[in-house]
Amino acid sequence: MAANTNFEKYKSDGSIGGNVLEWVDARFPATSMWKGHLSEYYAPKNFNFWYFFGSLALLVLVLQIVTGIFLVMHFKPDASLNAAGVPVAFASVEYIMRDVPWGWLIRYMHSTGASAFFIVVFLHMFRGMLYGSYRKPRELIWLFGVGIFLCLMGEAFFGYLLPWGQMSFWGAQVIVNLFSAIPLIGPDLSVWLRGDFVVGDATLNRFFSFHVIAMPLVLIGLVAAHILALHEVGSNNPDGVEIKKLKDENGHPLDGIPFHPYYTVKDIVGVVVFLMVFSCVVFFAPEGGGYFLEYNNFIPADPLKTPPHIAPVWYFTPFYSILRAMVWPILGLDAKFWGVVAMGASVVIFAFLPWLDRSPVKSIRYRGPIYKTFLTLFVICFVILGYLGTQPPSYWGEKVSQVCSLIYFGFFLLMPWYSKVDKYTPEPERVTMK
Amino acid sequence: MKKLLTALLFAPLMALASGAAVHLDKAPDVSGDNAALQNGAKLFVNYCLNCHGASFMRYNRLTGIGLTEQQIKDSLLFTADKVGEPMRVAIRPDEAKQWFGATPPDLTLIARARASEAGPGADWLYTYLRSFYRDDKRPTGWNNVVFENVGMPHILWELQGQQVLNHETHKLELAVPGKLSAAEYDKQIADLVGFLVYIGEPVSGLRKQLGIAVLLFLGVLFVVAYALKREYWKDVH
Repeated sequence: MAANTNFEKYKSDGSIGGNVLEWVDARFPATSMWKGHLSEYYAPKNFNFWYFFGSLALLVLVLQIVTGIFLVMHFKPDASLNAAGVPVAFASVEYIMRDVPWGWLIRYMHSTGASAFFIVVFLHMFRGMLYGSYRKPRELIWLFGVGIFLCLMGEAFFGYLLPWGQMSFWGAQVIVNLFSAIPLIGPDLSVWLRGDFVVGDATLNRFFSFHVIAMPLVLIGLVAAHILALHEVGSNNPDGVEIKKLKDENGHPLDGIPFHPYYTVKDIVGVVVFLMVFSCVVFFAPEGGGYFLEYNNFIPADPLKTPPHIAPVWYFTPFYSILRAMVWPILGLDAKFWGVVAMGASVVIFAFLPWLDRSPVKSIRYRGPIYKTFLTLFVICFVILGYLGTQPPSYWGEKVSQVCSLIYFGFFLLMPWYSKVDKYTPEPERVTMK
Repeated sequence: MKKLLTALLFAPLMALASGAAVHLDKAPDVSGDNAALQNGAKLFVNYCLNCHGASFMRYNRLTGIGLTEQQIKDSLLFTADKVGEPMRVAIRPDEAKQWFGATPPDLTLIARARASEAGPGADWLYTYLRSFYRDDKRPTGWNNVVFENVGMPHILWELQGQQVLNHETHKLELAVPGKLSAAEYDKQIADLVGFLVYIGEPVSGLRKQLGIAVLLFLGVLFVVAYALKREYWKDVH
């Protein structure tokens, strides 16, 4: 059933509210959208823990946008020095933290929200991998999702420069310099991106623009496409079987329940639990042990003083480790160039999952030992890479990250083979309530 | 450009080189102890605020440690005319750099910036301010175990006295006693560090109190939300 068509127009019961709704419904698909996306959108009844993270990602997106709107009212993207010799941008963040009523809460919600976004999205993506949510007919949902993930990384990167602390500045310097490794156009490209020969006021202003306008616009568009595509084909579930195959006399899936009210009330529980964890960080550990707000970022950006150890924020570290793992110059090109290629590939490769996976079943529940082993190894390597990315380079760190990178890519590139030869148990006809 | 890139790529290596970690002493927690924090404020204004500003901290924010605006005006307001102004210094950054080799950093956020894997910023400050020793090789005559070749002289030497570094045991020894005993000096430093922690985030007390209220509210909301979910899901089998 298409998500937002074919519903009967609302007929007024004669009350004022009813008349208004009838008037609106004749001119706008209000009833259709409500029914198609919520009250008559049938979702599988066996969603488990892993299915909270989609709606939570939406919640965090809203949280980031709303807190962001208020931060923009007081933040000044200005790298020049104020009377006290502090960059205006850095000082405006402290102004928000001290002088703007409740500014500290808004700012901590936004900074914690950034990390929360990645935690929720990583878990959401992992859910897709557990239950084969990327498989036919949901390839486009997955592709939009990968687009969202890329956008989110851009959004986080641009936003991280804004407080104009030491880590903001040097992190941006390192990342933008990566582009200079591209042959021929690299050096000019990195100058073009920065708008200057070093990260400076021009960079801060354009990153601000990207962070508050460009990226959020694309992000919201992609999220809309992600959800529309989902509601077109219907949700997958932990058993990986299509609930639309078996329908009752009204044409509703036998194993489906209307999203509203069933999943709205269930997701409210998820939201409350999430907010509890979120509040614990915001109110009791807003620095997140130096991972959510890096200690060095409490020092204003100083172009003349390189911090001893520049580490990206935690959510970039697995990919950063893959970059650092590439230490061999190949085909006469710099090792750094190949590092950038490997890092880019490590993110983009997710987009190919729907076509790499050749297994006859979707869900991990009915997959064999080979896939389970590979997925476990992949997760372990992802975590190790993430940890190593926070650490200064070392001999063993490099070796371990090379092995982990190999397994990381092996998980994807060997999938056409191992997903085919693996043993499977037959899928059930209908979903199971475990 | 190439050089800068190389420097950037190898910058993380330098962390290893400079990572010879000094053991940090645990700073006593004086948060919420207004008498201690007020003593810290007094020490800060008398000793630190000549060279180091706290330019994000307004004088009247010190009402948060139990002072009235009149008390602040009478006893602490040396570097500004109005109580709503920030705690700035008169020293000129370029001159300070000539005198000390580096501009003395603003101290508003120093307790947050000095946090590391070795411990909270308070521990670093507490250890640092107790680790100065006499060193004739340094232009100021002072060096520091925690911050090798630091540009800052030992401002509090009259209180602590003069320590020397025993190069065999690598331990600090008190050569000339100061006005205070070691224990008394440690207490003063604890208060000063407590004050630095306070100005790093004056709202932290309120933040934690509010956090408890928010969690209690969410706890109640959870019970209601869960009951609602169970009620609706009764008919799903």
